[in-house]
Amino acid sequence: MIREFSTAELWFLVLAVRWTVLLTLIAFTFGGLAGFAIAILRIARSRVSQLVAIVYIKVFQGTPLLLQLYLVYFGANLIGLRPDPWVSAAMGLTFYASAFLAEVWRGCLQAIPAGQWDAARALGLSYPRQLRLVIMPQAFKIAIPPTVGIMVQLLKGTSLASIIGFTELTRAAQMVNNATFRPLTVYAIVAILYFALCWPLSLLGQHMERRLNLKHLQVVKLQA
Amino acid sequence: MRAVGVARLDGDCVDYIFQFGFVWREFDQLLLGAWLTVRLSVLAMIFGLAVGILGAQAKQSRWGILRVATQVYIEAIRNTPFLVQLLLIYLGFPSLGIRLDPNQAALLAIVVNLGAYATEIVRAGIEAVPRTQIEAGRALGLRPWQNLRLVILIPALHAIFPALASQFIMIMLASSVVSVISAEELTAVTDTIVARNFRSFEFYLTIVGIYLALSLGFQAAFALIDRLLFQRWSRYT
Repeated sequence: MIREFSTAELWFLVLAVRWTVLLTLIAFTFGGLAGFAIAILRIARSRVSQLVAIVYIKVFQGTPLLLQLYLVYFGANLIGLRPDPWVSAAMGLTFYASAFLAEVWRGCLQAIPAGQWDAARALGLSYPRQLRLVIMPQAFKIAIPPTVGIMVQLLKGTSLASIIGFTELTRAAQMVNNATFRPLTVYAIVAILYFALCWPLSLLGQHMERRLNLKHLQVVKLQA
Repeated sequence: MRAVGVARLDGDCVDYIFQFGFVWREFDQLLLGAWLTVRLSVLAMIFGLAVGILGAQAKQSRWGILRVATQVYIEAIRNTPFLVQLLLIYLGFPSLGIRLDPNQAALLAIVVNLGAYATEIVRAGIEAVPRTQIEAGRALGLRPWQNLRLVILIPALHAIFPALASQFIMIMLASSVVSVISAEELTAVTDTIVARNFRSFEFYLTIVGIYLALSLGFQAAFALIDRLLFQRWSRYT
């Protein structure tokens, strides 16, 4: 039986947004933690740790997110777990986010002039303190705009979790479409909902980037 | 053919025995799938770049409405997931009387998506060409078309080549998503095989390796092209 597309269906879609947001936040939080660790490995002086970080980043940036999700989902079997859409989606997106965040943050950490490291060392700070007290506060500022960009990418990426059966916005759309058979309406609304989530973030990222560039220009002018 | 080593249920824990022999037997199918993925990506890149060049022109148009429309297109594409764009085109467009088979819908969706990113990349490239250089070209009596090609496009392409190269690799990886509408490419080919023999992990692990090899291979090839092609041009510019 075909149902009419009514406010109930619309409401169902709007409510599904929370699972998309929740999945994004989970993946961003854990991906951020893992990504930070990998960025540190990547800039460490040890060749081995650099290599480990490079391979990790290359593998996750060089393969499709969809297949990363498939591998986590089907791989759960191998370690004796039942494939669960929640766990698989969260884990798969965490891996994905960590690789992209690690690469961006590595760039930000390495953008800090070597003189800052030397100065921190000359002050007698240990390596962790050089990083925490001198390098990170400076890297933090330039890291924000690209990090927001990755959050948008991650938010869009959560739509692929629908393919392994995680009920978020895109999967909710499939369910509503199966019941109402109004694909144009349903997917247009879903697109608008995603847009409403992503666009403000994109604008925020652009705004902060522009402000950062302005500040940078002022610094350059002052130095000139 | 022995069909040994299927997953055995052992209490709560499943003993899974890897059977890569299955993969080896179907490997020619996977290679065909990889070829289809590359072909789809190359086609999409050609059309996407054309859209990008048109889009970049439209963004600098004299008519405000065209500029606004281009900006709306870019923002709409960049702030919605590719999967939703794909499903909107494949499932939604028939209600508008536009009926596409999976392969056409997949190509169209990728081109529409790529076009938005390419527009921004090409525009950045055009902005990289100093205005005075464009005016100098005009002053030398070049026709608008010649000016566009020789003074704007070629130096701009030089500037944007690295960005386009990484966009190509991203599109190649993202194209695995079109398997959900059964368009022909590597992931869809694999889905079909897996539906027959249930060796999902082995097959998906193998094609992850193929995708990785493709993206690293193309990365190396683009770096080489960049060195060979543009280093020569940059001597003149």
